[in-house]
Amino acid sequence: MRFNRTTFICLALMAAGALFLTQADMFLSNYQLYILKLFFINAILALSLNLIYGFTGMFSLGHAGFMALGAYMAALCILPPEQKEMMWILEPIIWPFSELFTPFWLAVILGGLVAFVFALFIAVPALRLGDDYLGIATLGFAEIIRVLLTNATPITNGSLGIKGIPDSATLLTCYVWMLITLVVIARIVYGNFGNVLRCIRDNEIAAQVMGINVFGYKVMSFCVGAFFAGVGGALLGSHLSTIDPKMFNFLLTFQVLMYVVAGGLGSLTGSILGAGIITVLLEWLRAIEEPMDFFGLVEIPGIPGMRMVVFSVLLLAIILYRREGIMGSREITLAGIGRFFRRLATRTAGREAQ
Amino acid sequence: MSFTVPSPKDAILAAQNVTMRFGGIVAVNDMNVALPQGSICGIIGPNGAGKTTLFNILSGFYTPTEGDVLFKGKSIRKKSPDRVCKLGIARTFQNIRLSSQMTVLENVMVGCHVRRHCSWWMAALGLPNYYREEDEIRDKARALVEKVDLGAMQNEKAGSLPYGAQRRLEIARALATEPSLLLLDEPAAGMNPQESLDLLHFIRQIREEFNLTILLIEHDMKVVMGVCEYIWVMEYGALIAEGEPAAIQENPEVIRAYLGDDFVKGH
Repeated sequence: MRFNRTTFICLALMAAGALFLTQADMFLSNYQLYILKLFFINAILALSLNLIYGFTGMFSLGHAGFMALGAYMAALCILPPEQKEMMWILEPIIWPFSELFTPFWLAVILGGLVAFVFALFIAVPALRLGDDYLGIATLGFAEIIRVLLTNATPITNGSLGIKGIPDSATLLTCYVWMLITLVVIARIVYGNFGNVLRCIRDNEIAAQVMGINVFGYKVMSFCVGAFFAGVGGALLGSHLSTIDPKMFNFLLTFQVLMYVVAGGLGSLTGSILGAGIITVLLEWLRAIEEPMDFFGLVEIPGIPGMRMVVFSVLLLAIILYRREGIMGSREITLAGIGRFFRRLATRTAGREAQ
Repeated sequence: MSFTVPSPKDAILAAQNVTMRFGGIVAVNDMNVALPQGSICGIIGPNGAGKTTLFNILSGFYTPTEGDVLFKGKSIRKKSPDRVCKLGIARTFQNIRLSSQMTVLENVMVGCHVRRHCSWWMAALGLPNYYREEDEIRDKARALVEKVDLGAMQNEKAGSLPYGAQRRLEIARALATEPSLLLLDEPAAGMNPQESLDLLHFIRQIREEFNLTILLIEHDMKVVMGVCEYIWVMEYGALIAEGEPAAIQENPEVIRAYLGDDFVKGH
């Protein structure tokens, strides 16, 4: 770590954020806390996909699969053995999963590692493909993972899923994991390794000629992304307290993809922003699913799923008019914020002088 | 000063009876090339003669159907492009391949990557020796950017540079890999006469400074005749002539290949 003013300010801001979150239940309702936590988890997922897609240019649609692996592994780790014995009614749970019982932080890391290892296996055949073909292949692998989870009844309780997962993912835990994800990915991406990944994205042949082991770095990026997807899945499982294989279908991948594209491919702060805005918007748009009454003239009955329609329109608008997303490939940096305020100050000073 | 083609053992790079077939097409047919250490040599020939295919073989993109390529006496026939680069062969491309969205400096830094010692996980953990190396790479890249006169534009996007500057940037990036052999694929393409002249001096200068051997493909005869010490001429994948520039200019086979039979008869 480099100790300069920027690092210091960042650390101070992170600590201030953590301090705020410990006291958050004083200002925010339970519902708002729930959304905030979901935002942190979604940000982890968006950051990890941005590493794979935005920075390395691999169009991967396997995120839901990695999340599922992380979620299941973590759930198996934190459920007490007695509870597991009771819940597995189709087939009894097999050893060692029946005896597995770890603290939550270890469960999250194990969840990430399982996703990492699976990604390693998938990477070897799939990453030889490019562009859309990679997307199709990873989508297929995600479905394979889902089918495996459905049928591995002695481990996963099959299609019944796992219920009553202890909610160990506190607000602070999710926040800290988001920061870990952000710092690790930012360090990889904003140094020469990031330049290498971007070079692979822009021109694979040039990267090879520069002596870069293109396949190796693709695998690295893919697996690190998968690790954090697993972590995100583990936190999500604990947050929702119920998981089943159906939850991790490809729609979940597209949701994460939406955060990344809306935020800007190749922008980490954009991913966080995108995840935040879309998470809040999705909740906020629930209002339009209620029955509406326009001054007694027109009455619209409640239509469930209406918000997804509005959302699709919004997404179309982004793709048509602002394809690079909110941030493009720029970042929000301390220096940038400083510049903004200085410009604002000089502008107001100039106006006063006139 | 007369030029002698070295034996494959003494040459820094030697292509021995290299043949490359794509299905029924013979792109390169039984080529023999041997470069002495520290020389500047050229490959010329009409479009589609197989020059770039030969470059792709030398830089590891293609494994030749027959024959062998020796670099410093060792075969690189089966080596992948990144391994070949690590051994010390760098190249540029006919159609410029820069990351246009990245800055000039970042592009050169990518070239420095092959000589780095740290692994990516050291970056993820933020270890001190990673940061030290990162600073070294930045300094080295900055020096190279200065060397090709792009210092003032180091934070510009590479794609926004004029064509000649992009060519120089590609050479700077190739130099960042610390090569001992540099392959230049049409370095003067799209340059005006003044820029080509500057390029001539630049090629000689980097040869001295970085202790390089240079092999170039070029259509601009002023550049080829001005800088090369020895020239191989290809047509339809085969070698039709080789020799020093003065001899090549007189060679009837070469004139025929470039200007057609009628021209030779007319003289």
